[in-house]
Amino acid sequence: MHIVVCIKQVPDSAQIRIHPVTNTIMRQGVPTIINPFDLFALEEALALRDRFGGTVTVITMGPPMADAALRKALSFGADRAILLTDRLFAGSDTLATSYVLSSAIARIGQETPVDMVFTGKQTIDGDTAQVGPGIAVRLGLNQLTYVERIVELDPSLRRIVVHRRAEGGVQVLETRLPCLITMLEGTNHIRFAGMDDMFRAARAEIATWGAAEAGVDEPGRCGLRGSPTVVKKVFAPTPRTEKATPIETSGKSPQEIADAAIDVIFAAKPSLRSEMAGRRQAG
Amino acid sequence: MTYTAPLADMRFIVHDLGELARVHALPGFEETTPDLVDAVLEEAGKFGASVLAPLNEVGDRQHSVFENGVVRTPDGFKEAYDQFVQSGWNSVPFNPEYGGQGLPWLVATAVSEVWNAANMAFGLCPMLTQASVELLDSYGTDTLKRTFLPKLVEGTWTGTMNLTEPQAGSDLARVRTKAIPDNGAYRIVGQKIFITWGEHDMAENIVHMVLARLPDAPDGVRGLSLFLVPKFMPNPDGSCGVRNDLRCISIEHKLGIRASPTAVMSFGDDGGAVGYLIGEENHGLEHMFLMMNNARLAVGLEGVGIGDRAYQLAHAYAMGRVQARLTGSADPDPVTIIHHPDVQRMLLTMKSQVEAARALAYFVAASLDVSRHYPEEGVRAHHDGLVALLTPVVKAWSTDVGIEVADLGIQVHGGMGYIEESGAPQHLRDARIASIYEGTNGIQANDLVGRKVARNGGATARDLIALMRELDGPLGQSANEHLRVIRRELSRAIDELEAATVWVVQTNPKDPRAVAMGAYYYLRLMGTVAGGWMLARSAVTALRKLSEADGDPNFLHGKVLTARFFADHLLVRSEGLKRALIGGGWLLQDFVPEDHL
Repeated sequence: MHIVVCIKQVPDSAQIRIHPVTNTIMRQGVPTIINPFDLFALEEALALRDRFGGTVTVITMGPPMADAALRKALSFGADRAILLTDRLFAGSDTLATSYVLSSAIARIGQETPVDMVFTGKQTIDGDTAQVGPGIAVRLGLNQLTYVERIVELDPSLRRIVVHRRAEGGVQVLETRLPCLITMLEGTNHIRFAGMDDMFRAARAEIATWGAAEAGVDEPGRCGLRGSPTVVKKVFAPTPRTEKATPIETSGKSPQEIADAAIDVIFAAKPSLRSEMAGRRQAG
Repeated sequence: MTYTAPLADMRFIVHDLGELARVHALPGFEETTPDLVDAVLEEAGKFGASVLAPLNEVGDRQHSVFENGVVRTPDGFKEAYDQFVQSGWNSVPFNPEYGGQGLPWLVATAVSEVWNAANMAFGLCPMLTQASVELLDSYGTDTLKRTFLPKLVEGTWTGTMNLTEPQAGSDLARVRTKAIPDNGAYRIVGQKIFITWGEHDMAENIVHMVLARLPDAPDGVRGLSLFLVPKFMPNPDGSCGVRNDLRCISIEHKLGIRASPTAVMSFGDDGGAVGYLIGEENHGLEHMFLMMNNARLAVGLEGVGIGDRAYQLAHAYAMGRVQARLTGSADPDPVTIIHHPDVQRMLLTMKSQVEAARALAYFVAASLDVSRHYPEEGVRAHHDGLVALLTPVVKAWSTDVGIEVADLGIQVHGGMGYIEESGAPQHLRDARIASIYEGTNGIQANDLVGRKVARNGGATARDLIALMRELDGPLGQSANEHLRVIRRELSRAIDELEAATVWVVQTNPKDPRAVAMGAYYYLRLMGTVAGGWMLARSAVTALRKLSEADGDPNFLHGKVLTARFFADHLLVRSEGLKRALIGGGWLLQDFVPEDHL
């Protein structure tokens, strides 16, 4: 099995603070981390490798400092890491990013065929969830998004069955390798890095690929030039005007308090009562 | 009762205060890069927070249980220990020849702080193994090393220290356990008490380091030899063979660290346990002292770790608990108690002392690495002296800080702090042992004034004082008001330490008992001043980083304010400590214990 995991280095949003006076984001001293959603993809890939054997290759596109995210991935046990970095890539939107990543995966596949590509559900800084599907389409891979569990995998028959969380239920999907999976959060726990892997990660020579090495044959399709998405304006949403409705709780039982809360909700949105009653009847 | 490893402060000390730079430059530590150390600290923090910390309260409640000759550890401990070993955490500072990671003591110290804070009772097990590894690596024969070191370094076997007997506590001259030569090995017969992790179910084998007396040995401490006595005799293939003639008779019921089994061990009920000599006959205690120096630093780290845990708990409570309007405020609404000045005083007393003790312990750990690895003998010797001087200070001062901070942690909680479910009492109960074992803090104070200060006429203490005074330049270069106050108070406190040192050196030859009477004050004085020095260094560095817009400004401002608080509230204790030291000796002339106590 050869599995490629795509990760992204992002600012640790948990440590971003808002300046108390200017209300602007304070970027100073905010550390970077691997996009938390990508860790579920990485762990799933590592677990498959541990079970079936093979290699996990981790790639990221970013500035030279994204090297740190790759070392982190190596310390968790990834076998190999490649940094895609080039001035040409700067300013890429999801279209351009998925072009660069799919070019690089195709190049990686020329050395050793790729059986599976994993990405996280989305990133915590862009929140688009577009890059995984973008890669799948460009590489002609079967795509399985929002996967919460891999139920069956038979590498010899090249068959995979997954549970995909969808609105209103769980879909059981079956497809054939090679495929691309975007992994849902909360599906596993990233393992602890062991001392041996931490040393290996610190010693590792991380391969750095520019546009040429990554097989990017149309430079016009990456970076700002290849990115039709433009952020025109960033604004803070105005706070909603509705007032909170207090519910008297003293001397009341939990049942009474719950009933009172439900009454308030239905009063605010009368249609909800009939909708819920309908669903209840439908079971 | 969550725990978060204080990675920001750890990194600040290791990187910004330059401790790692001192160590990284040493031969053999080229691989200990800032990135590697960051990765190690982060993973240690994760492991401590998510695996060890959740077991802390369970361990306290269930505690280890002795039944039918075996000790059962609390639920989850064995699995956590297996994971600890698998991740390679047991082997951090050890010799790579036997499977160790070969990382410096600086890193091992920071990592062990996490274990102590997350779960002190658990952390004791690897701490004792570490002591056994050091003894064996330094004094064991090649055969013993090959047989036992790989397992102990890996952690699949654990180690213990068997010193204490019922009549031989602080006074090891009274040890009676016998070692009888028998076909190249020895038969060990006797009883030992207070053996930390002396029996348990987390490892395949337990390797006891036992102080015992040969038949023709002289009386006193010069007649003690050190023996390695395994629970199971090892087979040639490294597996565990027959059971040796030793057993656990019971375990103690303790105030704290209840998950850590404190065993009464009986050796030789059926003719004698097989033991192997470590080092030279009758030099056992000397050998033991090598290990005890590092163990004393490790126990000092327990004070830092528990103190930090208690601080985190109290801080979280103070952030959430709403009580009373703010004094002097027109707003009638009650506020979270963290806004009340007296609560801030308590939290800052906790935070500043924990951070001072942490920085001092890491400084000493880095100095230990320099003392062992620097290419020039003179530099090694200089640092060796500094480490020897500060080791009893780190042990005793930091553990006292741990107790004071855990006590304040209860106080911040108010009435809830007296309730076990708040988690605050366990920290105080756990912290309480650290000022007693590994040489009581009184014994540390006697060691400091006698062996470390008076014996060389105060030379090493004067070196330390000179080193502290070097900071006066950088402190004076800034117009910052906080630095101005810190500089003034630190300078005064160093003066007090210097005067106290002169008094100790002059008084000790003619009246050693008067010095012993105040030794504890002298140790507290040195700890307080050294701690203030560490925080002053932090303030200088934090202000520089702030001016360069390098790092989290809230954290850096916090460092400056914390140092200022320590200067105003704690460094000022120096004068009182010096006066108690110098003025307290009269008691010995006028006081008759039989009549007046």
